[in-house]
Amino acid sequence: MALFEAKDLHLRFGSRVVLENVSLAFEAGQLSGIMGPNGAGKTTCFNVLTGRYKPHRGQVLLEGQDITGRSPQEIARLGVARSFQIMNLFDEFTVFENIAIALPATRARGGNMVAQAYADRTLQDEALEILDKVGLAARADDMAKALPYGARRALEIAVALACRPKLLFLDEPTAGLGSDGRARLAELIRTLKGDLTIVIIEHDMEFLFSLADRISIIHWGQVIAGGTPAELKANPWVQSSNLGRLN
Amino acid sequence: MTQPRTTATFTTAMLVCWLIFASVPLWIERVGLYQYLGVEILIFAIYALAYNLVLGHAGLPSFGHGAFFGVGAYAFGLAQFNLAGNLWVCLIAATAAAALSGAVVAAFISHRRGIYYSLMTIAFGQVFWFTAIKAHGITGGEDGLLKIQRLPVDLGVTSFSIADNVALYYFAFAVFVVISLMLWRLVHSPFGRVVKAIKQNETRARFVGYDVWRYKAAVLVLSAALSGLAGGLFAMAQASAFPDVMSLHYSGYVVMMTLVGGGLVSFWGPVMGAAAFFLTRDIVGAFTTAWMLWFGLFFVTLVLFKPEGIAGMIQDLAQRPKLRSRPAAPVTPAEAR
Repeated sequence: MALFEAKDLHLRFGSRVVLENVSLAFEAGQLSGIMGPNGAGKTTCFNVLTGRYKPHRGQVLLEGQDITGRSPQEIARLGVARSFQIMNLFDEFTVFENIAIALPATRARGGNMVAQAYADRTLQDEALEILDKVGLAARADDMAKALPYGARRALEIAVALACRPKLLFLDEPTAGLGSDGRARLAELIRTLKGDLTIVIIEHDMEFLFSLADRISIIHWGQVIAGGTPAELKANPWVQSSNLGRLN
Repeated sequence: MTQPRTTATFTTAMLVCWLIFASVPLWIERVGLYQYLGVEILIFAIYALAYNLVLGHAGLPSFGHGAFFGVGAYAFGLAQFNLAGNLWVCLIAATAAAALSGAVVAAFISHRRGIYYSLMTIAFGQVFWFTAIKAHGITGGEDGLLKIQRLPVDLGVTSFSIADNVALYYFAFAVFVVISLMLWRLVHSPFGRVVKAIKQNETRARFVGYDVWRYKAAVLVLSAALSGLAGGLFAMAQASAFPDVMSLHYSGYVVMMTLVGGGLVSFWGPVMGAAAFFLTRDIVGAFTTAWMLWFGLFFVTLVLFKPEGIAGMIQDLAQRPKLRSRPAAPVTPAEAR
């Protein structure tokens, strides 16, 4: 059984069908990629999988448990975290606090109105360890809004990591990054791979083909192809797109 | 890396603020003002601190907070007439009634934000205000609820009267100290930080697992409860309760106090704002009945040129020499100051 499964998802915005018959399965420990042109429904698909939108039809299963239509916070608490294509940070917090607030340890104490929020050493260490992993430990006390773009991209992922997820959805983590930034991010994702089940939406095919175990292609709201990178290179759609030039 | 990640329970700003307020009855008459003014400032300082929990800390623009203040004032009077002539009972009644009102409002508006939140709070504020005017049998309508007593402070072993303005001032001061200490703890607690996170990015807060609705509702209930407590004190100070404090323009006053003082950038901003408001009323008001025009112009000027308010100006002044000697001073969160 796959860790996470979507079965036959349908979603309409008004009369426009945005997802049709979308079925996906993500195996534990694997890195899966979702690819497709702009407006194909990739982010919408993420939004359904992580609880932002409720599908009109279909099922979302986490470890066999039906989580269709649950709220984002419920799904997050079940161990599914996500990052955002458009940066979604706590800008007025320090880098440290962006992480600390997302830790399950803080969440568990969310009703506490008296104690210091981050006095606990283990909590601090946990946050710093995550920052260390993404290379931001030295900037822990900077304001999030003061970080350069690439560092903000890394923090975007770190906040999702701080949720201690089983499954991590990354929505275009390289959006807006130059080739240096992409290389660094690819390195980071490679280190996360294995410990975590990861699903990445990505435009950059080269980036995805070098990392993913499996890739699904979404076009016009439908999954039009899926397979290992090697299999996909033989796919006619892939060959007719810019990826053809990769080979 | 070794920067402390905790906040002191007592800070210099806090102690300075308390010291100034503690000494007010000793000099306020010598500068040509009067003791009752101190009482008003303190009560509204509590009210503005409570209000800022919603506006400054949670980023929820409520424009109907007068409702909670007024409910507290009426509840204080009604409890005194119908329940028991005990100060603590009446203050608890004021707080509880306002909390309950806050809970009702919160149930309807906590899924909103921004302008929609504001509009809903205005609507609810008007409902409470209108009810207070029309429910003549309970509130006395526009005649108000009169003959509310300043009840003695009963501490079990001893009891003292607060009928005198200076005594009432010191009682209000004690409440202010407790409330400000509580709120200071609250904004640095996990709950306070989550609320602050929701203010910045509701979506992300939801996706890291927070039930945003519950936090927004809880913070409104808390703020309403403490506004009600301030309202109860005000009923005692005025020896009466009137619907006007629940009106839209009275609700606007506390917004103005909070913004003018700098509630968005400083914990103590609302306190300074409350003081600035009443001092303007009395000092400018001695020269012209149009004092509100001048305060309003001051408000507009601040919003245009210094939206961080009085507290923001003080922070700028405090930072300037530091910047000169240490140009690479690290940016620290504004609310720590």
